[in-house]
Amino acid sequence: MCSEKQKNRDTVAELLHGLRNKAFITGSEAVAEAVKRANVDMAIAYPITPQSESMHLVGELFAKGYIRDYYRAENEFAVMAAVHGAALGGGRVFTATSGPGTLRAMEMFPVWAGARQPIVCAFMCRGVSLPPSIQPENIEMGMLLDTGMLMLHAENGQDFFDMILQAYLIAEQPDVHLPVGVFADGFFVTHTREEMLLPPEDCCLPPYDPGFAPVPVFDMETPPMRITRDPLLNKSNFISGSANASWHQEVLAAAERARKHIAHFMGGLLEVENPGAKIFIAASGTAVSQSREALRMMQAEGMDAGLIKIKSIRPFPASELSKALEAADLVVVPEFNAGGWLAREIRASIDRNHRVIGAPRVFGGMTMPPWLIVEEVKKALGAGQNRGGC
Amino acid sequence: MNAMEKTFIRMSGLGGQGAVTAAHILGSAANKDGLESTVNPFFGAEKRLAPAESYVRISSEKVYEKGEVLYPNIIMIFHPHVITMGKCYTMPFFDGLQEGGSILINADAPLVSDEDLRHLADLKAKVYYVPATDIATKVAGSELSTNIAMLGGLYAMRKLTSMEALKESMVERFGGGKFVASGTTAALDDAVTGKFAKVSQMIEKNMELIAAAGAALTEFPLPGTKGGE
Repeated sequence: MCSEKQKNRDTVAELLHGLRNKAFITGSEAVAEAVKRANVDMAIAYPITPQSESMHLVGELFAKGYIRDYYRAENEFAVMAAVHGAALGGGRVFTATSGPGTLRAMEMFPVWAGARQPIVCAFMCRGVSLPPSIQPENIEMGMLLDTGMLMLHAENGQDFFDMILQAYLIAEQPDVHLPVGVFADGFFVTHTREEMLLPPEDCCLPPYDPGFAPVPVFDMETPPMRITRDPLLNKSNFISGSANASWHQEVLAAAERARKHIAHFMGGLLEVENPGAKIFIAASGTAVSQSREALRMMQAEGMDAGLIKIKSIRPFPASELSKALEAADLVVVPEFNAGGWLAREIRASIDRNHRVIGAPRVFGGMTMPPWLIVEEVKKALGAGQNRGGC
Repeated sequence: MNAMEKTFIRMSGLGGQGAVTAAHILGSAANKDGLESTVNPFFGAEKRLAPAESYVRISSEKVYEKGEVLYPNIIMIFHPHVITMGKCYTMPFFDGLQEGGSILINADAPLVSDEDLRHLADLKAKVYYVPATDIATKVAGSELSTNIAMLGGLYAMRKLTSMEALKESMVERFGGGKFVASGTTAALDDAVTGKFAKVSQMIEKNMELIAAAGAALTEFPLPGTKGGE
């Protein structure tokens, strides 16, 4: 709900594109600033580093009257199940978690998508005990790729703020109506204090209207509510089996239909800098920031290189990438995880995919020095010349 | 080619000494002075006396890179154990220091081994000492103000921000306004601010402390330099 102080309530354009004021804040504070303006009905939390500070601040918002209800659940699975219930009941909900919390709650993410609930969850990514680490790492994103939720990856605190508001707008489109995960690299984004631009505090999103939802609101007081659920559950006969399959296809189709809304609210699924370049760095999240510094270093050496910032991971901008990289000779994909899920996605999206170098990969909590990216570019260029000479 | 003026600072200390708060105040002051700046901490378990580092990047142009500062221009050592017991995230403690960089140590006697001093001399580094905890205890009545004394030493060493902006940042950070700290940090905040009837008194004391620490700043001559061996 909006606070009584927030009089300005039909302000999507103003929130996204209106005048903004400077603030020198952390990514965690940016999350709370976004939730403050998101007209949220219910937030439920269970603390885990590096998410704790954000949900603590969201609790303060509840105390100040910006959220209708807020509580700490028993664990992350309970949180994700409870926000699902609140969403089924027609509320706009928010929660957040990190690393092991994400994995503990894993069962609920496909449930959200399968029930077509527009839940917005922030993920402050961290190590997942492979081995134990509370430090930044985004391998959990690779594990969520096929949960049916839409996935946006924030580069910095400003993105984190903007994407949470944009996530509600995209999630609640009647032809989408799917959960959206807004991801940021923990610590690098949550704990970094930098200058951001925020819309005035008296603006908030218009309220969520479940009357436009493609699924009926669960009404526990008007039985039999089970009718909305049971026929889809099993292939117990021809009709229910067919219903299940077509419902599943509709979930996938809804994610496809999100593309135009992502383009509308976020200006596209990716951003390309220096589109004419032959050498590209393609990245998402904090790796984009490190790549910007690498680009500076390469430009200082007279190298001509471009940058692709991938903002939407689900849906994935496969055709946009294929087009942007048509004339490229080399695509270096730096990642903050050991698995290399982004490089895998890019390889599966473009032809001549030997052009993709999945490196450097930094995990376990260290930062990624920009020269490491430059070195991978140079190494690949050297290897390319050798190959040409054979 | 690159006209960008940037100063990257690594503050290594122990949990509870205020290295994170010092970085917050310094970065926020730089931002107030119209400079680009980012601030971030790095720690494992949040507990007193565990290694805790914080980083401030101040630049004339936008700084994109995130995470720990690997190649600092200035290293601030908040506690002797950082050097003597390796309580930091790099070994040795000055790993990555840029040529011509500076080190500010909270101590009144040299803690650096002869071998390390020779390394630092090769780097054309400068080493400064300020007994920050002693001065904090004497002037502000609490060792919890060590971080402010370190900022005083830094200000005397290099004026990265204006004094007005530093003061304004402290008012903002300790003024009880919007800042929400973690449980442990909030407890330490209470311990410090509880000593004063009003925030303005605490800020005045901090300004006095900055001046006193600045006056106590001493350069330690490195071997092979003027005044050194």
